[in-house]
Amino acid sequence: MSALSLNPLYRLQFEKAQDCYVLLFPEGMVKLNPSAAEILLQVDGNKDEAAIVSALRSKFPDAPEDIDADIADFISKATENNWITHG
Amino acid sequence: MAKPQPGPPLWLLAEVTYACPLHCPYCSNPTELGDKADEIDTQTWLDTLSQARELGAVQLGFSGGEPLLRQDLEIMVKHASDLGFYTNLITSGIGLTEKRIKALKDAGLAHIQLSFQGASPDINDLVGQRKHSFEHKQKIARLVKQYDYPMVLNFCITATNIHEIQEILELATELNADFVELATVQYYGWAYLNRDELLPTKAQLEEAEAKVNAYRDAQKSGPKFIFVTPDYYETRPKACMNGWGSTFLTVTPDGTALPCHSARMLPLQFPNVKDTSLETIWYGETDFAYFRGDDWMPSPCKTCDEKDKDFGGCRCQAYMLTGDMHKTDPVCDKSPDHHLIQTAIAKAGQSQKTLVYRDPKNAIPISIAETD
Repeated sequence: MSALSLNPLYRLQFEKAQDCYVLLFPEGMVKLNPSAAEILLQVDGNKDEAAIVSALRSKFPDAPEDIDADIADFISKATENNWITHG
Repeated sequence: MAKPQPGPPLWLLAEVTYACPLHCPYCSNPTELGDKADEIDTQTWLDTLSQARELGAVQLGFSGGEPLLRQDLEIMVKHASDLGFYTNLITSGIGLTEKRIKALKDAGLAHIQLSFQGASPDINDLVGQRKHSFEHKQKIARLVKQYDYPMVLNFCITATNIHEIQEILELATELNADFVELATVQYYGWAYLNRDELLPTKAQLEEAEAKVNAYRDAQKSGPKFIFVTPDYYETRPKACMNGWGSTFLTVTPDGTALPCHSARMLPLQFPNVKDTSLETIWYGETDFAYFRGDDWMPSPCKTCDEKDKDFGGCRCQAYMLTGDMHKTDPVCDKSPDHHLIQTAIAKAGQSQKTLVYRDPKNAIPISIAETD
């Protein structure tokens, strides 16, 4: 599997006033829920999907078993939205 | 009943000057352009940006007029990026050079939105009333990408250039745009003066939209095209500004704070950043809050089950068309004034008048229908 990167058109940042992470892009913004933000924070251009899953597992040892499916689901949506690129 | 308290002003539009080297007849700036001497100074802008960021604003547009005419633009961009804003430069490209593109990049500018008035020198330079501007804009677009900015191209579509839609799609692809706004213009300011000449016919719009859809379907990569139909051809009004005073804050060149860039035309007293804090402007009880919530709504909005979707539409449009800013936006086919829109549509493609190009020497007050 190839490493995942944030599309350079998008910027991920924490917004105090909204108390959440947001994705910023030309004249637009997506508010992220906490799990989406945790996944995107792992998208650093070095890790592939498996490495992201294992990083999140060690960060959240109490996470439920089916976390892999949720992560895969979000990554697929984020790819479709062009937020992240593969390889 | 108390008006609802809004969330933070997420979007700040900084109209840093009304001066512009172009003279587009579709410009939404007020036809009374104001005096350059009244423009607020650098320090007032920097303070305003700091206050807006403190309130939670995150998207910042530098617009105008042509923002590049402010020689302190780089200082403002630097300050804004240091504060954590996502900074957008909304420009005609006139006045942009490689040196400034680089200086703005160093200052932290996040994105450049470049306008085109057509897909050929003939149309582009005619609409903007400036020779060689098409050639210049193409050069600038290439530099913007060379310096790794996300680039949005904005084509304001009117009856004057709608026949070039195919060429526009091809030009945007060739220039490597990331997003392309194909925005059929809205009729405010200068555009309202020229509405009968600028409004495309329904047939022209349908043909253009079909070409955009076909192009999009055949696309494997390349720009994302966003086609905006004019609200005149809709049966429900737009959710103007996402609701009055809910998300957007505009500061005009003289420091007036508005819920949208057109609202100055309304018979209201808007506060000014020169003597009022942004916190008071956003959360206080000035006319800035006038149309928040739905207490002001007339019939048919008051009892309409869609009032939370479109907030009664655009207050400026209601005012321009009916003379009463409290009325339902005439775009809505439930509005008793909807015939005003139908009359305008019937006139599309018929006008023999010449366009009034945006120019301080042509500046005249908009004539407003008086009722009551």
